[in-house]
Amino acid sequence: MGTAKTLSEKLWDAHVVTADENNDLLYIDLHLVHEVTSPQAFDGLRQAGRSVRRPDLTLLTEDHNIPTLDVDKPIADPVSRTQVETLRRNAEEFGLRIHKLGDLDQGIVHIIGPQLGLTQPGTTVVCGDSHTSTHGAFGALAFGIGTSEVEHVLATQTLPQRKPRTMAVNVNGELPPGVTAKDVVLALIAKVGTGGGQGYVAEYRGPAIEKMSMEARMTICNMSIEWGAKAGIIAPDETTFEYLKGRPHAPQGADWDAAVEYWKSLRTDEGATFDAEVDLDADELTPFVTWGTNPGQGVALSASVPDPETFHDESARTAAQRALEYMDLKPGTPMRDIAVDTIFLGSCTNGRIEDLRAAADVIKGHKIADSVRMLVVPGSARVRLQAESEGLDIVFKEAGAEWRGAGCSMCLGMNPDQLAPGERSASTSNRNFEGRQGKGGRTHLVSPVVAAATAITGKLTAPADLPAAD
Amino acid sequence: MEKFTSHSGTGLPLRRSNVDTDQIIPAVYLKRVTRTGFEDGLFAAWRQDPQFVLNLPQYKLATILITGPDFGTGSSREHAVWALQDYGFKVVIGSRFGDIFSNNSGNAGLLLAKVSQEDVEQLWKIVENHPETEITVDLEARAITASDGFTTGFAIDDYTRWRLLEGLDNIGLTLREDDKIAVYEANRPAFKPTTVPVRTAG
Repeated sequence: MGTAKTLSEKLWDAHVVTADENNDLLYIDLHLVHEVTSPQAFDGLRQAGRSVRRPDLTLLTEDHNIPTLDVDKPIADPVSRTQVETLRRNAEEFGLRIHKLGDLDQGIVHIIGPQLGLTQPGTTVVCGDSHTSTHGAFGALAFGIGTSEVEHVLATQTLPQRKPRTMAVNVNGELPPGVTAKDVVLALIAKVGTGGGQGYVAEYRGPAIEKMSMEARMTICNMSIEWGAKAGIIAPDETTFEYLKGRPHAPQGADWDAAVEYWKSLRTDEGATFDAEVDLDADELTPFVTWGTNPGQGVALSASVPDPETFHDESARTAAQRALEYMDLKPGTPMRDIAVDTIFLGSCTNGRIEDLRAAADVIKGHKIADSVRMLVVPGSARVRLQAESEGLDIVFKEAGAEWRGAGCSMCLGMNPDQLAPGERSASTSNRNFEGRQGKGGRTHLVSPVVAAATAITGKLTAPADLPAAD
Repeated sequence: MEKFTSHSGTGLPLRRSNVDTDQIIPAVYLKRVTRTGFEDGLFAAWRQDPQFVLNLPQYKLATILITGPDFGTGSSREHAVWALQDYGFKVVIGSRFGDIFSNNSGNAGLLLAKVSQEDVEQLWKIVENHPETEITVDLEARAITASDGFTTGFAIDDYTRWRLLEGLDNIGLTLREDDKIAVYEANRPAFKPTTVPVRTAG
């Protein structure tokens, strides 16, 4: 074996505190904390009489369980309110930085880390949330953890971890117009399955990735967990540095130069080998949507609902039958004929400014269909402000959409933003699991531009299918 | 954490694949701030169906869940593990598990016994034909045996096995390396970000 290393090996090796053949103790550079997966962790600290080792590497915010309306009033649901108040009390007791509901820097954890410039190349980032993989877009090793691990990081700033295997996801060619990062990752998951990445850190690479904006890269890395990967990463480059420069917590002066020099070394070496490789041809991709109840159950928007009988694998066949029953869909139905009643534009997958701009571009001059309600939920308070300064809120409101406050909202249906039983959504979020957006709700995962076009027609639609706006 | 050496009980066949943690416990059940009482949320949507396997009287006392591939995918919620434990499950047998769910199980003391899908199919048949069959999951020997004579080995990583056998507190183990953590910290580059002093764009 040579000394050539993959990017994920470099990131891993740079954070090993103690090495063991089964388990390395990894140092954690940034710990993001939210209200849902942390109360029991803080309780654990209290019971053991432990403190938070590095408050200066810890950031708290409220996102999962907060309303997106009336954010200046007390939270109506008393159980949700208790959970949010518990986070605030823990922040105070343990001396931790928190961005509360109503604060300008509040938002979805995976939106505010990058926005503040805290997510940087070469760091390790964890959070009690599976979509922590989002931060990998910066060349950070970032992964979701459970509550016991949250407690572990709070107490020790480290985590014992088994070294993952490495995988290259080569996205070759160039994306056709109208095809987005969301389509790339949905197509990838349909190809490799929800367990295809188990045990791997995936490095997305190739010309199509290099051309992407940071927002698009975050969308791809965000959904790494949906195909089972431990983390998803993209090598930092000029696009990354450009995004970070001048952000509140980006290095400054001589630190910036030292950092950039180090960041430039964060690439997979020539001659390094991956344990597995997957190839995807960007040129051949078209808008992609899901038909089933896991993110791997997807097809091109131009295709039809598949027939489970054509699935060779028995468990895939059974799962498809069950999914179609839950989704109330018949094999052979063109995806474009599926009518939806709710559009959700937002989430850590697609709630960034670029996503809102792309959707507003499609919707401008149109009205949403009478049969449809559309929720537009910016990923953070600052994304909301930025969108308002560009007039995007007006575009959405004039089209008939609801302009909401920042948070996770209908992505996981924990706050009041939920689907009613039997309701069907086109959603820019990350999971189409049964009941994910509300008990009995049915979810089709789509890109922001498909969500916007679908809002206009009331049926799954790509922007290219639309008549010109008035 | 309690020590885990061996467990004997009856099995419950969950003939489903891709059981994500949203199915194990939906988000609306995650609002609690305590560590106990999550059994009501376990498979909450599916339990509405009287024919769902958890509602069948012959499996009421089962403590070993035998599931299809890719169990515990999706959300990182450790509440999924707590819900299974609060309901009474001690072991989950399956061929593939979600990554974060696996870590959470090890940390919370729920044993995941990884076997081949063929073994899962066999066990499903055994507990469907004879729900009263006693199954023993021996962590020391990494072996599963059923009272009808079925026997197979299971996979678990050495570190998790050791911690479960000894009932060790992960944080306590790490704190023994405190001096090494301090050395690492002393050598971190100055340009690494910190969350304080607070800097914002405003």
